[in-house]
Amino acid sequence: MIKIVDVYKKFRTNEVLRGANLEIMDSETITIIGGSGTGKSVLLKNIMGLLKPDCGEIFIDDIEITRLKEAELLEVQKKFGYLFQGAALFDSLTVSENVAFGLRNIGKLPESAIIDRVRECLSMVGLKGIENLKPAELSGGMRKRVGLARAIAHKPKYILYDEPTTGLDPIMADVINDLILHLQKQLGVTSIVVTHDMKSAYKVSNRIAMLYLGKIVSVGTPDDIKNSKDEIVHQFVEGLSHGPITLNLEKA
Amino acid sequence: MTENNSILKHRISRIKQIEKPVDMLGRVIMETAQSLGETTKLVMDTCSWIFRGIIDWRNTVEQMVEVGVGSLPVIGLTSLFTGMVLALQTGASSKNIFNEPIYIGTVVSFSLVRELGPVLTAIVISGRVGASIAAELGTMKVTEQLDALYTLGTNPVRYLAVPRFLACAIMVPLLSVMANIVGILGGLIITVFNWGIPSSVYWEDIFDYMDLSSLAHGLIKAVFFGVIIVTVSCYKGFNCEGGAEGVGKATTSAVMISMVLILISDYFLSALLVALNIG
Repeated sequence: MIKIVDVYKKFRTNEVLRGANLEIMDSETITIIGGSGTGKSVLLKNIMGLLKPDCGEIFIDDIEITRLKEAELLEVQKKFGYLFQGAALFDSLTVSENVAFGLRNIGKLPESAIIDRVRECLSMVGLKGIENLKPAELSGGMRKRVGLARAIAHKPKYILYDEPTTGLDPIMADVINDLILHLQKQLGVTSIVVTHDMKSAYKVSNRIAMLYLGKIVSVGTPDDIKNSKDEIVHQFVEGLSHGPITLNLEKA
Repeated sequence: MTENNSILKHRISRIKQIEKPVDMLGRVIMETAQSLGETTKLVMDTCSWIFRGIIDWRNTVEQMVEVGVGSLPVIGLTSLFTGMVLALQTGASSKNIFNEPIYIGTVVSFSLVRELGPVLTAIVISGRVGASIAAELGTMKVTEQLDALYTLGTNPVRYLAVPRFLACAIMVPLLSVMANIVGILGGLIITVFNWGIPSSVYWEDIFDYMDLSSLAHGLIKAVFFGVIIVTVSCYKGFNCEGGAEGVGKATTSAVMISMVLILISDYFLSALLVALNIG
């Protein structure tokens, strides 16, 4: 279980998280929605310990991670898989070396088992025969799928998805959605998805949480969120330009 | 009343005028102190991985090949012509004073072994390798590849900084030895073919005065220069921000800072080594 308690984070003068609270149950898929620049990715990075909150606490399986030493934090981080927004594949390594990277560092598998697992993960995301290509030779969608294969290779308990469907064609986006569902149903993985793709959010989530002005303002099932009376949530999920959420656009 | 107001306004604007440079100075001092602290931490982290023996040797050898073998042609060419011009100038100057070109080997070898070998090598390496380290790590930072390393159970300092640190600290002195040899051979060419002095005289001029402590003097400096280049470049890469523009800035400042630090520290290191009777 993951518990986020009163987390604050600012970058210079920009206060991104202002007291975010959220509890994530085991084996659920929770989607965090919110406008661009509201701090969704920052929240994910805080959960994984890639960023340290200015104050507040984050519990991963009852371990408070914000004050852990680096070696202890690395142990906790091994429970996670992370799909980055831009895939963040290592340019100097081939696709198979990328997918095997975590396995070689985290697990103690023999090389033959690593090769099998790499092949298995790549076929799970619908990619075959590209093991020896470099990331620069792949399309955006393929890179994202390789990123996903890399994130799931070491069989993490928690998978964090930072905008998994952004930049993909609708069919490939749905393939990724199915994969998120499959991982949760078959393997009992806990997933935290950050997105503003509402179609994807409704499909994959057990619960949806809305982040606005650095706080979680609403949490509920996809139906709760769809039918929410909250003006902020309603404006966001319906994609309306008028409402309480303003983008500080200058009027012509 | 209005007079008082205008005096007050005038005073406030004066205070603001004074505040601006003080504010800027304060910010520069704070940022410099922060950078120094972070750089020291980076060096300490790197050394701690090395002393614990947690070294990725495959990666380190790859970096050594990149730093060393990749830089051979450019350093060879630079030092060859430096040796040649030193022999030409020394010959011409000594001919003006003594009516014949003398002590060419001595001047060429001392200049190269103690100063120009290490300094020229370090300058070339900071342009070639320092820039590439800062650009590579900077790109990794802005594309979240450094974060990805953490998520895959790997510390970026161990995986990226340690191999580069070892490669530079080992290869810069080795390259400077090669620069010395090639430079001295360049001096020999000019001494024999331009000044018509037998090669045996040139070699005697060198070995009559050259000693191991001069070589040590140059090598110690080269190790320091290697460490300066790799530390500045890794720091700039790891702390890069702001996309492609940020990578460009990080690369430029890594090269500029390395070069300036090499030339400044050269004086102080030389003074220290001379005081310690090394060379």
